[in-house]
Amino acid sequence: MRVISLSVVLYLFWLALSGYFKPFLLIAGLLSTVAVVLVARRMRLLDSEGHPAHLLPAASTYWPWLLWEIIKAGWSVTKAVLRPTLAISPTLTRVVASQRTPAGIVTYANSITLTPGTITTGVKDTVLTVHAFERGGAIDLEEGGMDARVTRFERGA
Amino acid sequence: MFAVGTFAIIAALTVFDRVLAANTVGTLAILLLAVLGFLNGRPEWLDLGITYGVLNLIGTLAILKFFRHGDLARDAEEEDA
Amino acid sequence: MSLIVDLASWALILAGSFFIMAGAIGMLRLPDVYTRMHSASVIDTMGAGFLFAGLMLQAGFSQVTLKLLFILLLFFFTGPVITHALAQAAMIAKIKPELDEDRRDRPLDANGAAAGEGRQS
Repeated sequence: MRVISLSVVLYLFWLALSGYFKPFLLIAGLLSTVAVVLVARRMRLLDSEGHPAHLLPAASTYWPWLLWEIIKAGWSVTKAVLRPTLAISPTLTRVVASQRTPAGIVTYANSITLTPGTITTGVKDTVLTVHAFERGGAIDLEEGGMDARVTRFERGA
Repeated sequence: MFAVGTFAIIAALTVFDRVLAANTVGTLAILLLAVLGFLNGRPEWLDLGITYGVLNLIGTLAILKFFRHGDLARDAEEEDA
Repeated sequence: MSLIVDLASWALILAGSFFIMAGAIGMLRLPDVYTRMHSASVIDTMGAGFLFAGLMLQAGFSQVTLKLLFILLLFFFTGPVITHALAQAAMIAKIKPELDEDRRDRPLDANGAAAGEGRQS
């Protein structure tokens, strides 16, 4: 199942990047796809962590939400940086990830880091250490809005 | 912009400042490549941008791993952390 | 019609350039590694995002747009990995962040008590 989805994705990727449809290139792409899939299988990368294809439907609603969060946070960081007095208040804090799978926790930690103004500096089991640029960012994370959203994403909604 | 980045690499205080600055210069190189490709009417340069992006990731991780262990060939799972 | 698209794309490109400048200024002004990382992540996400959105409008619907989208996805997936690796390495090297407030010792809530359990792997 995952073998098929990975093969299809890789082959489409080849076509998209090459843009040529000569027989030789099509066959070369096919061979490369098969080789990569075989290597991935041998390395046992094809589990729910290495190739989380089942999360794709949920991602279509999660990513736009995350994008909007990034824009809001990025704007506030930019304002703080450009203000003459440099109004920053760096804060370290801990938050608990309520996700159940490693893929979910990684998604949460990466979402925190991707959002300007907050960086995950460490993960231990389900407790993340977060460095925030402004105190408000740390408080927002502690309230857990993003955590709940990622958990919803992990369950596939 | 590149001058700023290069200055940041030279004037940085710690190793991590330098790595961060190098990584940012890499990102800026990709952006510059994309924009210049459009200005010259040769969007094929985007392929080079993709390559630079992948190299940037691997290079940065390799440098970080090297400074942490003094060795590139080590498995992450052997660590005590 | 094409005038509107052109205007929108130039507005996006200029917004991207603005955020890149802001990030660069921030990298020079901010006091320590950790805060500079925030500034760099503004360049990675906001600057690159707006710039590429503008370029995509210029390119129209073609293979070029697909490639731009792919570079953008590459940034969005590798950016946090690099930033996290850097932050963790700096923490392990015991570089002290300049802090306004340290809330690491705050009591964790009900979920926190169960931390480390109920996790399948």
